[in-house]
Amino acid sequence: MKKVQFQSPWLPYLLLLPQLGIVTVFFLWPAAQAIQSSFYLEDPFGFGSTYVGLDNFKDMITSTDYGRVARFTAVFTFFVTVLSLGIALLLAVKADKVLRGASAYKTLLMWVYAVAPPVAGLIGVLLFDQHVGPIVDLFAMFGWKMQIGVNYFDTSFAMIVTAVWKQIPVNFIFFLSGLQGISKSVQEAASIDCRSGFRRFWTVTFPLLAPTGFFLLIINITYAFFDTFGIVDVIVKNEPGNNPVTLVYKVYLDGFRGNDLGGSSAQSVILMAMVFILTIIQFRLIERRVHYT
Amino acid sequence: MKKLQISDHIILLLGVFFMVTPVVLAFLTSTHDAITIYKEGIQFTPGGEFLENYETVLFEAGGFTKEVNGFVMLKNSMILGLGFAVGKIVISMLAAYAIVYFRFPMATLCFWVIFSTLLLPLEVRILPSYEIVQSLGMVNTYSGLIVPLIASATGTFFFRQFFMSVPDELLEAARIDGAGPWKFFKDILVPLSQTMIAAIFIIMFVYGWNQYLWPTLITTDESMFTLVRGIKQILQVWVGAQIPDFNEAMALAILAIVPPVLIVVIFQSWFVKGLVESDK
Repeated sequence: MKKVQFQSPWLPYLLLLPQLGIVTVFFLWPAAQAIQSSFYLEDPFGFGSTYVGLDNFKDMITSTDYGRVARFTAVFTFFVTVLSLGIALLLAVKADKVLRGASAYKTLLMWVYAVAPPVAGLIGVLLFDQHVGPIVDLFAMFGWKMQIGVNYFDTSFAMIVTAVWKQIPVNFIFFLSGLQGISKSVQEAASIDCRSGFRRFWTVTFPLLAPTGFFLLIINITYAFFDTFGIVDVIVKNEPGNNPVTLVYKVYLDGFRGNDLGGSSAQSVILMAMVFILTIIQFRLIERRVHYT
Repeated sequence: MKKLQISDHIILLLGVFFMVTPVVLAFLTSTHDAITIYKEGIQFTPGGEFLENYETVLFEAGGFTKEVNGFVMLKNSMILGLGFAVGKIVISMLAAYAIVYFRFPMATLCFWVIFSTLLLPLEVRILPSYEIVQSLGMVNTYSGLIVPLIASATGTFFFRQFFMSVPDELLEAARIDGAGPWKFFKDILVPLSQTMIAAIFIIMFVYGWNQYLWPTLITTDESMFTLVRGIKQILQVWVGAQIPDFNEAMALAILAIVPPVLIVVIFQSWFVKGLVESDK
């Protein structure tokens, strides 16, 4: 907080009013409702609800469907995070190094940031389409007959590729700005001491990038959990059936399609707890980043 | 040294190829007619149907739903993107100003209430949020579309960080000169924040434009659809069709991509600054 501040009996409240109003109506109220209805069993036709304690949570954890979706979400998150971070780091290191065309590379590698996830999903559906998609033709040459929307593995593959494609730009931007923040004198000193570029990267550059990397790790996990909803929704084309879906998609599915309000809310509460933990970790990392850089 | 540079360029070019090709193919597909694509697969060269396809998608009501055309969706996307960005900036600047520059009881409580919203994305509280907006009669309205999205405090957090970095001496000097809170805000703080406002505007515009789940729930009336929301409708027609209109679907996808991409590319330096600073 500032050392000098204004004092006014009503002005700060007036300034805060719009934000607090929106937060109360559209955030606190729904969040409280989600927690409340996770303990109730709602009648599917809207005739009241009964208190069932932790039954919704018990049903959820014991259901095989939930286990399957949770496992897929974990695998999906792992691959999306590792691949998009890895590829982005490689590209950022190279873009930081080249002298010619650096700014052109930078622009070409980051503009995909502005593509909406469902639009990315739609382009993915086109490229992986069984009849017209070039990627399917390409893999068919190696004897892999892809069937997106039918084969569980193939659909997961298309989802991961699309999600990685969409996420590379953010990681690239952060890694590049992290690399450019490393002081030139440190780099020069390192290049005098060590000729091998690869070793220099692992022993000097990589540790200096670690804070950015941890921070991005959280961002990417959050992305794979929530922001990929559009990609998943478009690729499974409204027919979740046996297709892979993520936990957030299941919340939507059970709540809006299955009319299982209690079950959907219980899942929301679990996700809330997960995001809560991730965000706490993120805040602690941010603090550290601010203190030491 | 020379050799190293070449391998660097090859890796970068491969990266660029991976990022750019999908959208280029989508664009090329949008310039052919549906039958060619259906028969021969995706096209790798530009076709002659560019004008026809885009005209159909933009102006011909009924390409997909008989009620809405691409132009209306483009307008709705604009309203959502601009409304969200402007609304968020105004509301969060005011709130951040109060939190940083005023001493008042319950300041800490207000701070925590606002920042608790950073903990829960809209997706996890989607069902109750929908019910509340419905009970308020805000389904199929622009305010129902925009206002609930503003509830997250990302903007407030960002401006708070920025205001904290503004030197205290400015406020002292302004107070000695007799400037009140409003004058200080209007004549000193807002002009100082110009670059920050521009940066956050770009990020928020893209964020608003690209919203999908919330518009899918809130707009059931087709005249309220945004471009990104319309994707779902395209797919439903697509799944049932004999010869899928890949060309028109891709033309709409390109329409949905171009405005936010242009803004990000043109204002690249502000955008990067905003992104890297705001997440700190």
